[in-house]
Amino acid sequence: MSVLRDAVVYLNDPLNWTRTNGLLDRLVEHITISAAATAAAAAIALPLAIWFGHTGRGGGFTVALSNVSRAVPTLALLIVFAVTPIGFGNRATTIALALFAIPPILTNAYVGFREVDRDIVESAGAMGMSPLQIIARVELPLAVPAIMTGLRTAAVQVVATATLAALVGGGGLGQPIVLAVAQQNDGLALAAGFLVAVLALVTEAVLVLAARLVTPGPVARRLPRRLQLRTETV
Amino acid sequence: MALLASSAATVLAVDAPNPWFNPNYIQDNADTILAALRQHFILTVTAVGIGALLALPLAVLARRFRTLSAAILSGSTIIYTIPSLAMFAFLFPFTGLTIETVIIGLVLYSLVILVRNFLAGLQAVPAEVREAALGMGYGPARMLVLVEIPLALPTFFAGLRIATVSTVALATVGVLVGFGGLGNVLISGFNNNFFRAPIATAAVLCVLLALAFDLLLALSARLLTPWSRGRQ
Repeated sequence: MSVLRDAVVYLNDPLNWTRTNGLLDRLVEHITISAAATAAAAAIALPLAIWFGHTGRGGGFTVALSNVSRAVPTLALLIVFAVTPIGFGNRATTIALALFAIPPILTNAYVGFREVDRDIVESAGAMGMSPLQIIARVELPLAVPAIMTGLRTAAVQVVATATLAALVGGGGLGQPIVLAVAQQNDGLALAAGFLVAVLALVTEAVLVLAARLVTPGPVARRLPRRLQLRTETV
Repeated sequence: MALLASSAATVLAVDAPNPWFNPNYIQDNADTILAALRQHFILTVTAVGIGALLALPLAVLARRFRTLSAAILSGSTIIYTIPSLAMFAFLFPFTGLTIETVIIGLVLYSLVILVRNFLAGLQAVPAEVREAALGMGYGPARMLVLVEIPLALPTFFAGLRIATVSTVALATVGVLVGFGGLGNVLISGFNNNFFRAPIATAAVLCVLLALAFDLLLALSARLLTPWSRGRQ
């Protein structure tokens, strides 16, 4: 397995990590782009989902958005954005990724709000809670597991899509992969692929843990909901 | 004066018209577009086909052995989390710049979706039905083929639809090793001075291909399970 040895040797050379545009720079770039995109998407999608979910409006729109977004290849959208005024480069990639991340966050949070038992909402109203209090103290806490599932799906998807940006001149950890294939460098391909896979898996694990921490209620009920398979991958 | 005239006649690339939809482009490049579409079709059908052939026995085994089903469920979550570009990078050292690299990666993703859906479908067969079949003298093989699989068909097809639609989208990433079907056309537009016509054409064809597959599978599901029609 000389390929495996090459990959290990590459990852063990400190210079490959610390030099300018080395793995460390790319990793930081990748994480910065992904975090900014996910945060921006959440800032747009969550208030919308809360409003839609609380009023029960916009359900058709939400479902349609999530269905359509599954059929459109993310690579195609990324390239389409690259030739519009959005352009390419890290800022453009962040904008494009934020747009990809909106549907999963919106859909999951909306469903989480709608799944809150109507009887509970009604009794909260009967106890004199204002609509804002109902949202903040009743619906939001009960919808937290679903909201966290949406954020996790979106974040993992963004981390994965950010690698594709390298195909259209973007940075991040996709770049060593594209470079490795162009140079037929098997060891680098394996090493870079490994890093990207680990980053995606760590993102998933961190957000599963975060969901467990922020879900209110007794510890026994804090276990994550049955890990559902995401139906989108990139 | 001559210099002025020649510079006035020069059209800069940024000023050249670059429409999203260009009938001339489609006409002149029909061969390339159709070849890419055919490759995309072959990639999708091969990947989902092999995935389905592997998923059925795996689902049957996983239902019988609890440890295997736990391993499949956690393994599929891990595979599904790995980004496609990383997956192709993993395979590249072993299969190189070939269509096999893309097909193996796509088979893994579709297998993961299908085995979960097939397993869910088999597990949802009511125990009474199974008992009744057993009482009528059905052996395990006959029960699987004549009772359980037909009853699980709607769930099987739901899985096939999700797997096919996401495989169409994922296949574009195969451009990394040169076999991305319509993904090749997408990237060629980007690399040819941001030529929009191939990008828009390929993107629209991708979505249409996904919709066509989805429609075809939904129709097949209806035809193959006439008993479930009333319930919808």
